[in-house]
Amino acid sequence: MKEQLIFQQSKKGRRVNSLKLDIGDSFSISKDKLRETPLGFAEVSELQVVRHFTRLSQQNFSIDTNFYPLGSCTMKYNPRACNKLALNPDFLSRHPYRGETNSQGVLECLYNLQSILEVVTGMDQVSLTPMAGAQGELAGVAMILAYHKKRGETHRNEIIVPDGAHGTNPATAIMCGCKVIELPTDKNGNLDIALLKDAVGPNTAGIMLTNPSTLGTFEQGIGEISSIVHDAGGLMYYDGANLNAILGKVLPASMGFDVMHINLHKTFATPHGGGGPGSGAVAVNEKLKPFIPLPVVTKTDDKYRWANTDDFPDSIGKLSAFMGNVGVLLRAYVYARMLGGEGMTEVSNFSTLNANYLMKKLQKNGFKLAYPGRRASHEFAISLKEITKETGATAMDVAKALLDYGFHAPTTYFPLLIPECLLIEPTETESKETLDAFVDAMTDIKARFVSDIDGIKSSPNTLALTRLDDVKAVKELNVRFG
Amino acid sequence: MSFIPHTKEDIATMLAEIGISDIEALYDEIPDEFKIGTLEGIPSAANEMEVVREITALAAKDKFGLNFIGAGAYEHFIPSVVWELTTRGEFYTAYTPYQAEASQGTLQLIYEYQSMMSNLMAHDISNASLYDGASSLAEAILMAIRVNRTKDSKKIIMPRNLHPSYKAVAESITTKQGVELIDIEFNPADGLINTQDLDSHSDATALVIQNPNFFGSLENVDGLTDWAHSQNIIVIAVVNPIAMALLKPPGIWGERGADIACGEGQPLGVPLSSGGPYYGFMTTRGEFSRQLPGRIVGKTLDSNGNEGFVLTLQAREQHIRRSKATSNICTNQGLMVTASTMYMSLYGEQGLVDVAKSCHSKLNEFITAIKNLKGIEVLFDSERFHEVAICMPKSSKKIIEYMESHGISPGLDLSLYFPELENTVLACVTEVKTTEDIQAYVSLLEEALEVIE
Repeated sequence: MKEQLIFQQSKKGRRVNSLKLDIGDSFSISKDKLRETPLGFAEVSELQVVRHFTRLSQQNFSIDTNFYPLGSCTMKYNPRACNKLALNPDFLSRHPYRGETNSQGVLECLYNLQSILEVVTGMDQVSLTPMAGAQGELAGVAMILAYHKKRGETHRNEIIVPDGAHGTNPATAIMCGCKVIELPTDKNGNLDIALLKDAVGPNTAGIMLTNPSTLGTFEQGIGEISSIVHDAGGLMYYDGANLNAILGKVLPASMGFDVMHINLHKTFATPHGGGGPGSGAVAVNEKLKPFIPLPVVTKTDDKYRWANTDDFPDSIGKLSAFMGNVGVLLRAYVYARMLGGEGMTEVSNFSTLNANYLMKKLQKNGFKLAYPGRRASHEFAISLKEITKETGATAMDVAKALLDYGFHAPTTYFPLLIPECLLIEPTETESKETLDAFVDAMTDIKARFVSDIDGIKSSPNTLALTRLDDVKAVKELNVRFG
Repeated sequence: MSFIPHTKEDIATMLAEIGISDIEALYDEIPDEFKIGTLEGIPSAANEMEVVREITALAAKDKFGLNFIGAGAYEHFIPSVVWELTTRGEFYTAYTPYQAEASQGTLQLIYEYQSMMSNLMAHDISNASLYDGASSLAEAILMAIRVNRTKDSKKIIMPRNLHPSYKAVAESITTKQGVELIDIEFNPADGLINTQDLDSHSDATALVIQNPNFFGSLENVDGLTDWAHSQNIIVIAVVNPIAMALLKPPGIWGERGADIACGEGQPLGVPLSSGGPYYGFMTTRGEFSRQLPGRIVGKTLDSNGNEGFVLTLQAREQHIRRSKATSNICTNQGLMVTASTMYMSLYGEQGLVDVAKSCHSKLNEFITAIKNLKGIEVLFDSERFHEVAICMPKSSKKIIEYMESHGISPGLDLSLYFPELENTVLACVTEVKTTEDIQAYVSLLEEALEVIE
C-alpha cells in the first residue's frame, strides 16, 4: 500500500492540541524582520503522524527485519541495550557546554572508550570527535600533512590509494588539497608492490589502505608495503572499514599503520539509522599524537576533563561544533563493555567463519568467486561476469531479485575493478540457518536466469513498488512537494 | 558476551563444509608476526544486567537541574512520539537507502524532510543533511567557491559574531584547499556586523551571515545581502531553524535572497546529548542544485508508473565520482532527520511558530527579571530571538561554577571566546522554562553575587 505524503493528508486548521503552548505576550521584534510567508507544513493530528511514520517504517528493509549482507558495511545486530542506555535522560539532557564537574559520568564513558579503542588498534591516542568514517579520514590525512609540515616537508602532498579503495579515500585526499595516485591490484587481490615502489618518492605524504582490503582478502604484502612507504618518508593510513574482520586478532599498529579511523557504526554495532549518524574515531601512534583533533578526554587527579590546545598545541583543530556524536559513542561503549576483550575476538572469528562458509557454499552452487584461491576475510566478492554474458542477468538484477526473497541485496558494483560484482558480508550475528536460506535463494535465482529471465529482470515483484527509474529522477528533478 | 548465535554443532558443520578443523585456520593467509594471542587491557565482559547497572550509575553522576545555555545547542520540548518512532528498528537499523525499492520508508521521509526544510528556508532545494551545523558551514563555504564563477579569490568573510566553533571547524576543513577566512568585527554597541568593514573586502567570494547571530541579536539581513550581491559575493546564511518560523527566512533576504542556507538542525527534535549526534541542514536556490554536497532524494516512477523515491544527482558523490566529488561525505545523519521530520509534522504550520514565539517571549520575561539585579548589564542594544549576553559585576567563571554546583547552568562564558567580553555570560531561554525556573535563576545569581568575592 502506497502511503500518501504527509502534506497530502493535511487539513487546514487541524493541530496536535496537546502540544499547544502559552506563547506569552511580550513581543519585541520589528515587522520588517518577521516572516510573512507560511511554512508550508502539514496540519495533522498526532494519530495521523504516528500512523504515517509507522507505515513508512514498514516500507524499509532493516537489520531488525531482514538479513542485510551489505559488503563493506558490517550490518550486524545493533543491541537494544546500547540504545536504551544511551537514551538515559541524564545523558540526553546534558548541554555540551556544561562544566566538567557535573559531567563526570559521560566523560568517564568517553575516556574508557578511548582506552578500549587504543587497545584494539594498538595505537597511543584516540580522538572520538570525527562524526563519520569520511570525517575520520579527513582528520587522518590532515594529521599526516601536519606531521610533514612540522618537519618542514610541506612539499609532501601525494596520497597513494589502491584502485579498490572506498570512494571516500580519494575524495578525502582531494579535500585536504592532496594529489591522488591510484595503484592497481594484482590478480590475487594484493596491491602491486612493484608499482608501489615506482609510485613512492620525495613527494609521498602517505598511503591509504584497508586491510583486509575491500576485495575481502588480507593484503599479504603489508609488511613490505609499510617498509616501502616509511622508507620513502611517507605515513601509513588505515581505513578501519573492515576492522570487524581482525578485531582482537591483528592490531593495525603492528602492521605498520601510523593513523587510522574506526567506523564505530560498523565494528562497534552502533546503528546506521537509514544513513547515519556514524562515528569515525581516529587512532594514532606517538608520531601523530601531537596533531590529534580535539576535544579528547583526559584524566588528572582522578578527575576527567577535556584536553585542549594547551595539552595539544599542534592539534589539527576541531571537526564538529561540540564533541562529535556523543550519543553514538555511548552506544559503542556499552557494546564494548558487554563484549569484553574475549567477545571482541569472537566477533572477528565468527564474522570470518560466516563469510568463509557462505563463500564455500555459493561456490559449490556455481557462483564464481572474484579471488577463488583466497580465504575470505569477513566478506568476499563474487563476479557474475560470465552469467551476464550467458543469460543477460546482471549483478543489479540479482540484487533486486533477492529483495523478493526477503533479503537485502549485497553491495553491487563495488569494488569497481571486479566486473558484475556482489560484495557479500554476512557478519557474526547471523545464524547458519539464515546463511543457508540465503544460499537457497541465490541458487533459486541462478536457476531462474534460464527458466524465468523476465521475472528476474523485472524484480522486485513482491514489494510495494517495482524497479524505480533513476534516470527520470535526475532528468525531471523533483526534490520537494509543491 | 558477543551476540553470536552459533551452537557447537553449527560450528562443526560449518568448519567441515569449509574443509578445515578450527577457526584459526581461516587466518592462515595472515603472517604470524601480525597476529596477537589475546586482547590485554580491556575490562572483561559484563552481562546486560551488570551493564545496565554500571551505565545507569554513571549517567546518574550527571543528573542536573536547569540549563540556560544555548550557544548552538538548544533545549526544546520533544514530543514523545518523536523518539518512540525514530528508534523503531526499521528506521534505526536500516542503511543508506541505496536499494530504493527496499527503502521507500526512509526515502519518502527524507523527501518530506527536504520539502519542509526548503519551505522553512524559502529555498528551492534541500539536501538530506550533513554532519552538524559547524561542518555544514564548512561545506557551504566550499560550495560557494564552486558556484561563484565571477571571483578568483577564495576569500570568505567571517564576521566575528559567528559561532566561534563554526569558524574553528571551517578552518580545519576548508583552509587546506587554500580558502582564506577573513574576520570582520562586530559593533561593540549592538553586537551586529560592522558594515563599515565590509567595503574593503569586496573581492571576497562569500559572506557568512549568522542570524540570529552568536549573541542572539538580529542582523540587518536585507541590507547585508543586497550589499554582498552588488559585489558579486555569495551569501551564506547560518540560521536557527526554529527562529525561521518567526523571522524572515534566508530565501527572501534582500532583493534576491541568500544563496545558501545552512545550520544546526538539532533544535527540531534532537536532544542536547552532550553535543551530538545532531545534523547539519543545507538548502539553496535551484540553479545551484548540482553543487550541493551530501545525499539528495528525488521523486520518480517505477516500471508500472507508480510514484516512488530514489537517491538522486549521485553523479556529485564520492562513491561515483571518487576524487572529483563535491565532498568526501558518505553518511549523513539520517536518524536525526527522521526525528526532525516527525517533530515538524507534529508541531505543524502553527505549532512551530508558537514554539518560536514562546521562546522569544520567555527571553523577554527573563531579561526583565534580571536587569534589575544590581551590577548586571544586559549587553548589546539590539533586537533578539531567544538569547542574551549579560555582563556580570564579578568573575563570570566563578559565577558559573557556583551556579552549576547548585544545579543551574547560567550560560556560556563568552570571555573564553571573546577576550574583550570580560565576565560576560550568554544565556538562552526557550519554551521549556517556566516563570519559576526564571525566578530560580535570578535568586541563585543574586546569591552567587553575594557569596563570590
